[in-house]
Amino acid sequence: MIPAVTQQVWCVAALLGTTALAIATSRSRRSTAIVYGATFAISLVALAGALFSLISHASATELILPIGLPWLGSHFRLDALAAFFLAVVNLGGAAASLYGLGYGNHEPAPQRILPFFPAFLAGMNLVVLADDAFTYLLCWEFMSLASWALVMAHHREADNARAGYVYLVMASFGTLALLLAFGLMAGAGGSYSFAAIRSAQHAPREAALVLGLMLLGAGSKAGLVPLHVWLPLAHPAAPSHVSALMSGVMTKVAIYGFIRVVFDLLGPPSWSAGVAVLALGGATAVMGILYALMENDLKRLLAYSTIENIGVIFASLGLALAFQANGLGLAAALAFTAALFHVLNHSFFKSLLFFGAGAVLTSTGERDMEKLGGLIHRMPLTSFVFLVGCVAISALPPFNGFVSEWLMFQAVLQSPDLPQWLLKIMVPAVGALLALAAALAAACFVKAFGITFLGRARSPAAQAAGEVDRYSLAAMLSLAALCFLAGILPGVVIDALSPVAQAMIGHRMPVQANDPWLSIVPIEESRSSYNGLLVFVFITAAASLAVYFIHRFASRAIRRGPAWGCGFADPTPAAQYSGASFVQPIRRVFGTLVFQAREHVDMPAPGELRPARFRVDMHDLVWERLYTPVTEVVWFLADRLNQLQFLTIRRYLSLVFATLVTLLLALAIWS
Amino acid sequence: MVVISDILVQFAQMTLVLLLAPLLTGVVRKVKARLLRRRGASIFQPYRDLLRLLRKEVVLAENASWLFRVTPYVTFAAIWVAAALVPTFATGLQFNWSADLIAIVALLGSARFFLALAGMDVGTSFGGIGSSREVMIAALAEPAMLLMVFCVALIAGSTQLSTVATFMASSEVGLRVSLGMAMIALIMVALAENARIPVDNPATHLELTMVHEAMILEYSGRHLAMIEFGASLKLLLYISLIICVFFPWQITTEGAGPLSYLVSVAAYILKLAVASFLLAVFETATAKVRVFRVPEFLGAALMLGLLGTLLRFVSRSF
Repeated sequence: MIPAVTQQVWCVAALLGTTALAIATSRSRRSTAIVYGATFAISLVALAGALFSLISHASATELILPIGLPWLGSHFRLDALAAFFLAVVNLGGAAASLYGLGYGNHEPAPQRILPFFPAFLAGMNLVVLADDAFTYLLCWEFMSLASWALVMAHHREADNARAGYVYLVMASFGTLALLLAFGLMAGAGGSYSFAAIRSAQHAPREAALVLGLMLLGAGSKAGLVPLHVWLPLAHPAAPSHVSALMSGVMTKVAIYGFIRVVFDLLGPPSWSAGVAVLALGGATAVMGILYALMENDLKRLLAYSTIENIGVIFASLGLALAFQANGLGLAAALAFTAALFHVLNHSFFKSLLFFGAGAVLTSTGERDMEKLGGLIHRMPLTSFVFLVGCVAISALPPFNGFVSEWLMFQAVLQSPDLPQWLLKIMVPAVGALLALAAALAAACFVKAFGITFLGRARSPAAQAAGEVDRYSLAAMLSLAALCFLAGILPGVVIDALSPVAQAMIGHRMPVQANDPWLSIVPIEESRSSYNGLLVFVFITAAASLAVYFIHRFASRAIRRGPAWGCGFADPTPAAQYSGASFVQPIRRVFGTLVFQAREHVDMPAPGELRPARFRVDMHDLVWERLYTPVTEVVWFLADRLNQLQFLTIRRYLSLVFATLVTLLLALAIWS
Repeated sequence: MVVISDILVQFAQMTLVLLLAPLLTGVVRKVKARLLRRRGASIFQPYRDLLRLLRKEVVLAENASWLFRVTPYVTFAAIWVAAALVPTFATGLQFNWSADLIAIVALLGSARFFLALAGMDVGTSFGGIGSSREVMIAALAEPAMLLMVFCVALIAGSTQLSTVATFMASSEVGLRVSLGMAMIALIMVALAENARIPVDNPATHLELTMVHEAMILEYSGRHLAMIEFGASLKLLLYISLIICVFFPWQITTEGAGPLSYLVSVAAYILKLAVASFLLAVFETATAKVRVFRVPEFLGAALMLGLLGTLLRFVSRSF
């Protein structure tokens, strides 16, 4: 029997082999089918392996390969946490490959994508498997670069070049932060294997510094505000199945890194760590969804919504830290399980929604929602699965998004047990932020679905749309089914997550399989319970009952006629509510503060013949207040340093001499 | 045996809310009319309206999709299920534990989600304006509602409505500041969610300030009947919720005899009558506010909910 970790490493090797295959077959017309077929099969095998070791509560297995640093080698390890995240990665990988089998055929230059796609999957798998700092950082960079290459696949579009540049800068910055974090943890001795870091003692100040660096490093990859700026640029720029992977899966790999370091390697947390993570998570959730609401580009809207979900996950992790620091193991396990559940859910529905956006893009060539509309008539299946994704991400029962949200609120309600005043007050306030984010998310996805799929077509392209191919539909349908299943059978998921919570927190939620009728009960039944299956059965039964009685005993006549609209027939589809007008009330409530939104109405005087104009000014304050000044400083310094390039040889020599003397002096004074 | 009687009680509750909902709407309208010194329609008029609508054919806009036709039933079912889970006359119903207070809020959210989508389906500007305002109101009302839930749940130690009602019916609760704040917050949210004055006017048509009515403008016949029925049920649900959490006197708790069911049903109907009278008085005495003043109204509810929750943390005796 080969150890589980070795199997996974073989899968990674197979993925890298597929990259070579993609290069070798790049001239063949069947290259797309070969590559995606291979990644689909490999991801399924890896998924099966990961799920098996997660559910069978297998003990951790390790593998050391003699590559990498000579005195260190490459350590790989598969424990419960890694198994869970491997399952997330490979499920997303399998779905994206299946989708790619159809979607990839529309690609004008497939050789720009095919070699990098398996490499990207391999990179994400490797990050999760890595068990020493060097391998981890190497794989992290590999993953970043592979995804960067995919972002640049359509590099001739000006926006994409900028997206790629910003992504590269932010990714390097993130890796720098991670490098420093691991350097701090390894200490002066330089023990880089995770086992050594785990067993070492970390001073409180050092732990706080590492936490801050992890929030910068993993947070910038995951999209925490204010480090999120690259995400809405880069995720939509890639082809849609890669966008799905970046949003649905790569952000989760970043969360894996955060959990691995903060919950596993750093040892027992302090409660102030919980405060920082909670605050960042809550702020990210609300900011992310407000950005998403204001967006009219379907894929960018989805990318911003990813930021919201990352905020929700981080808030939940912050709760887990706060409870953990105070020895409230059960509550910590509840919050931690809620976070992992949301990780899983988000990977399902965000991949599904990006696939749907990709289907709309292939079918109409449009990402701008203001030019879409009425697609429910022309893409019935796509619109149905997209609707499922929208309901799930809006945290509505009986779908999966609601369950993780519900668990999170149950964890928030455990807060009276916390001894610190700051936390006692902060936890319900963050709960309020999460509730606000959830309500705004529902509004956002009413907009996303309503403007894109409902109403009348706003452009000839939307008028002429047609349903997409079978592979894409199969990928979307299977993810929609997973959203539904995880929503009505949450107990199964919670039980599957228990080994991870046990390993990281030391506690687990009560066994859900024993509860009657497949209910979930976080603590005890008199406190709270939820049964998605029954809720679903009730709604179906009630609706069927109503339909049956009405159609049997009342009228079933139907007449088609023109829309009523109070007698005001709208002559053109342009008179419909657009995306921007849909969010106008919310923009007025929140946007004046958050985006400094100002509306300007230019109304001509009576008798004048020019048209009236309406303009909205909005500002992205994060760019203007944070990134623009930083860029300006960098420009200024670069400009100054530039002058050093044009000196005479004598000046260069004297500069070298002066540097040498300064360094020697510094050394002399230091020691 | 116990299971059968439990299921019977649950079934009775489901039927009871269904039968009472139009009557409640009728009573509110009647009292309002009397307060305005009009004679008003009979309190049974909503039943007649529903029957009339049910018998009529549906006039469907040419552009309407399947979503438009499914939504009335989905929203009605979601609201009905939610209403059936709020203890009205007895706690410990058989299916109470399948969804707690947070799930009930989310069920109503599902109903609204689909209704807002249906408003955008036909592609008229009226539907769009209704949907966009509805989601704006919901985006503020839902967090306020959840904060109210937090506040009550922290005091009762549970989000399970049966447990909450049993706890509130016991004598150890007393008067608490945070509960008072939560109650006001809940009433404000209930007014907003049910499209009542001062947020929306259930009696207007053809006015740009309308929200809910604009959203369902394209509906007719049996579809409209389902939506109107759902709206009545929702009003009943919110009033039942207020009664169950803050005034659960005479509610039948577990292990009581059949006679107590009679008493508690009578008490419940009496409480409903009082509530509908108060609602009518309040609506007559206030004016509708502009749509962009609604955020202030709901922001106050949000703040009250948050204050209630925080006060609960500051001291256990509040």
